Amino acid sequence: MQDLWGSFQAAFALIVQMDADLAEIVLLSLQVTTAAVLIACLLGFPLGALLAVGRFPGRAILSVLTNATMGLPPVVVGLLVYLMLSQSGPFAVLNLLYTPTAMIIAQVILVTPIVAALTAQVVEDLNVEYDDLLRVMGASRLQTVTTLLWDARASLMTAALAGFGRAFAEVGAVMIVGGNINHVTRVMTTAIALETSKGALALALALGIVLLMISILINASLMALRSSTRTTAHA
Amino acid sequence: MPENNILPFRQSDDPNTRDVIIQAEDLYISRADRNLLSGVSFAITQPGITTLLGPNGAGKSLILRLIAGLMMADSGRLSIVPSISNSLALVFQTPVVLRRSVHANLNHALKIYGTPKSERVGRIAELLVLADLTSLAQTPAKRLSGGEKQRLAMARALAARPKLLLLDEPTASLDPHATAAIERLTRSAAASGTKVILVTHDRMQAERMADDVLLVHRGRIAEHTPATQFFEAPTSEEGRTFLTGQILL
Repeated sequence: MQDLWGSFQAAFALIVQMDADLAEIVLLSLQVTTAAVLIACLLGFPLGALLAVGRFPGRAILSVLTNATMGLPPVVVGLLVYLMLSQSGPFAVLNLLYTPTAMIIAQVILVTPIVAALTAQVVEDLNVEYDDLLRVMGASRLQTVTTLLWDARASLMTAALAGFGRAFAEVGAVMIVGGNINHVTRVMTTAIALETSKGALALALALGIVLLMISILINASLMALRSSTRTTAHA
Repeated sequence: MPENNILPFRQSDDPNTRDVIIQAEDLYISRADRNLLSGVSFAITQPGITTLLGPNGAGKSLILRLIAGLMMADSGRLSIVPSISNSLALVFQTPVVLRRSVHANLNHALKIYGTPKSERVGRIAELLVLADLTSLAQTPAKRLSGGEKQRLAMARALAARPKLLLLDEPTASLDPHATAAIERLTRSAAASGTKVILVTHDRMQAERMADDVLLVHRGRIAEHTPATQFFEAPTSEEGRTFLTGQILL
């Protein structure tokens, strides 16, 4: 109990003093996850809209695949990306294994289906309301999709934040493709796992507290967004 | 055949029929063994306000949706003069507004209609004045009252200066004040040369607005007569029943 209390005290001290190692790990985590979520949104928003309003062969299969891959096991994704980027893989020449880029790739694969599936649901619901209007107005397919995506922006932010939450808390995939190299690919989740196994509870706890605070912040943003959406009645 | 079942229609040189812009011949629609439209035929001429009048479920809105190209008939022929079918707007009973401000709703419509950016600001100002929405220009459209939303929907429909304006019971859920505003906008559109087809089940509204009446009953056209004749001496049994205020079953 004394050790635990001491670890908490040391953890708070690291946070208050803005420990350099801690700050570096937090910053890299935010950079990797933010980049991954932005790329996942760039891919997932149009893909979701296409699934919602597009009529093309294979749409049903693509829709099932997108929904099925929402719950991809991170370690499996990590393993697949590892195999692609390793010395015996097809993309070995890129030399991306054990780099933040490899971690971003793995997180994009994890998050894109979540963003796409949530986007498809939101856009499909909105399209029920807008379809007749946009058809009578003579809107092109592109105009229809951009109208739906823009008007669903509040809900799409929710989808993006859900993806952010998933990527930020993920450990398996980034551990495999990043390797948890100090000052290079060490992020919060992998550092927590490592420091705990070493018995260095202070840094692990400090990282855990920051991770928890960021998760709470994400959820608070989500609630604020929903509330502001209701207030302005834009959605 | 086009996707929406609408055939191009060449206007006649015959003075008696040259004003016909929409011609329906023997339209049928059935769903779940029930005939929703049974051999509907009519010819709509310009200019003025044609009212599709009849009780709920008669098939009025279906006819409007066919003209708008939103659905297809199972059989029959619907022909519309191309210059008209390419320039139509529809206002729904429940107004559909985008999740943006009133101003942005109008800007969006003008963008889709291909209005150059330089002309949009002026046109939006005109439309806001027309629909008496200037003071609400920056208000989120979803926050408007039912009457204000419907005025916005009318302004948006008129943004493209359509040759044909389709109104699907636009005042069904509005109070008398809001109804008067929509009727004013409708008359103004008709006066500026836009052909209006108004669906209503409100006999008084039809009497106030119509130049000619198409009485729809049980998926058929019971009669199609000039409004003055319809309200003085309807030619059909259904018309007489409707005007005496009896329930038309």
